[in-house]
Amino acid sequence: MSLLETKGLTRNYGGLRAVDGVDYTLSKGEIHALIGPNGAGKSTFVGMVSGRIPTSAGEVWFEGENITALPAHARIKKGMAYTFQITAVYARLSLFDNVALALGRRERPHVLAALDRVGLADRADQNAGDLAYGHQRLLEIAMGVAQAPRLLILDEPTQGLAESEIAGFNDLIRSLKGDTTILLIEHNMQVVMALADEITVLETGKILARGTPEEIHANAAVQNAYLGTG
Amino acid sequence: MTLDARSVTLHLGLLAVLVVLGFVLPTYHQGNLARILVLATYTIGYNVLFGYTGLLSLGHAMFFAAGMYGCGLVMHLGGWPVLPALLMGLVCAAALSAVVALLALRTIGVAFMIVTLMFAQAVYLTVLYLGAWTGGDEGFVIAQASRQIAGFALTDPLTRYFAALMIFAVALLITARMMQMPFGRVLIGVRENEERTQMLGYDVFRHKLLAVIISGTIAGGAGAAYAILFGYVGATFASVQYSIFPLLWVLLGGMGTTIGPLIGVAFMFYLIDYASGLTNAYMLIAGAVLVLLTLFARAGIVGEIRNRWVPWLP
Repeated sequence: MSLLETKGLTRNYGGLRAVDGVDYTLSKGEIHALIGPNGAGKSTFVGMVSGRIPTSAGEVWFEGENITALPAHARIKKGMAYTFQITAVYARLSLFDNVALALGRRERPHVLAALDRVGLADRADQNAGDLAYGHQRLLEIAMGVAQAPRLLILDEPTQGLAESEIAGFNDLIRSLKGDTTILLIEHNMQVVMALADEITVLETGKILARGTPEEIHANAAVQNAYLGTG
Repeated sequence: MTLDARSVTLHLGLLAVLVVLGFVLPTYHQGNLARILVLATYTIGYNVLFGYTGLLSLGHAMFFAAGMYGCGLVMHLGGWPVLPALLMGLVCAAALSAVVALLALRTIGVAFMIVTLMFAQAVYLTVLYLGAWTGGDEGFVIAQASRQIAGFALTDPLTRYFAALMIFAVALLITARMMQMPFGRVLIGVRENEERTQMLGYDVFRHKLLAVIISGTIAGGAGAAYAILFGYVGATFASVQYSIFPLLWVLLGGMGTTIGPLIGVAFMFYLIDYASGLTNAYMLIAGAVLVLLTLFARAGIVGEIRNRWVPWLP
């Protein structure tokens, strides 16, 4: 059964059609990667799914319900979580406060457990703005995971992470699989190939191809558009 | 001690000191401090919106005035006793803040400042326009005989001091507790990053709306208390000056700190009191001190103490 479905989803910016009539479905429990060159419309697409960006046309369905008219916070309450491409943690608040806001509760053990999933529990009382960039990314991910969402949207989560942190990230995402459906925008193809059950390739606002990692890797059109000849 | 226990100790300790001061201060300072406590209550209300939620209103005098006139008019014209009149002041301030919030929160940033300023100006002009009842510029005096609760005359300096302290304590403890609770933390989240807060599933508009109503109602409570305790209601309190004061006091005391409002009001009050004893150009001295403070203590007095020495200050 599909958790998420979009029908003819479109977004215009002035004369530019950033997302162009995308019909898309996402099955429950899947890890789905959205890839494509810069400007392909990936972030705009998930922005419309999460309600951050208003749609120009089309519909978004979540768990069999048309949520196109719902504001972002109501969609989050229905079980979506969204992590920002550009880190948007609360820089002047402690890690504890950051995660407590994501959890919606302030009991210390719960908050520390959520921070521990990305290995930041020992820094709970530091200000988020004092963390190194990679750690801020991890905090951002921890805030998404802490919401125990049914759909977790990750916009370029591994950007700025070290190799060792990426391995930890991969483990974390795999551990969520089953309960949480994951929609992942990612440029790091190693991460995509390691995690994704299925891949959708966007180009100039349209779906260029969709398939398993092997199928996408072998697809000539994708090779041309995005992956290069390697 | 946990953060919570330290914060409880701080607030109860502060209140204990204020209780003792009530008994030991000479009458002149007792009267001053009573006035400071009421104005600090007003500033606590302002701080909920500006310091914690990050919304800069330039029109809070309208909420102070709504409480003051709502309470004062029913006492003056209707002969209501103190407590129902106080309640009337709170209801008026809550109603006005709800209406203003629904309209003003459609705007953000500078536009929000201008819209609140304009609404406050409309309230000020309404007070003048309805001069037949409000006494216009001159205002009116509330009869001494009516300013009493169950036989306790609020005109008596000590009784008045403790009534002011009680109002202040209620506002301080409610807001201090609120800022420890999830609701208050969400307000801080709105201040720090509105979009992020929305994307964590919080209805940002609803939180801002409640923040304006809570802020406006506390400000109105202070206005009503001012009318009852000092027996005078006048249009000056609805003027733009009284919208700027709480902003100044919060900035001085430390925005987003629970005790900053009291410190800010007390500092400014005694600065002017002291400087005016030295020279007629006392505003020059006050101005110079304010410039120095903004240069060297940008976070305000309590804010600076928190940044430098006591990071847990709530």
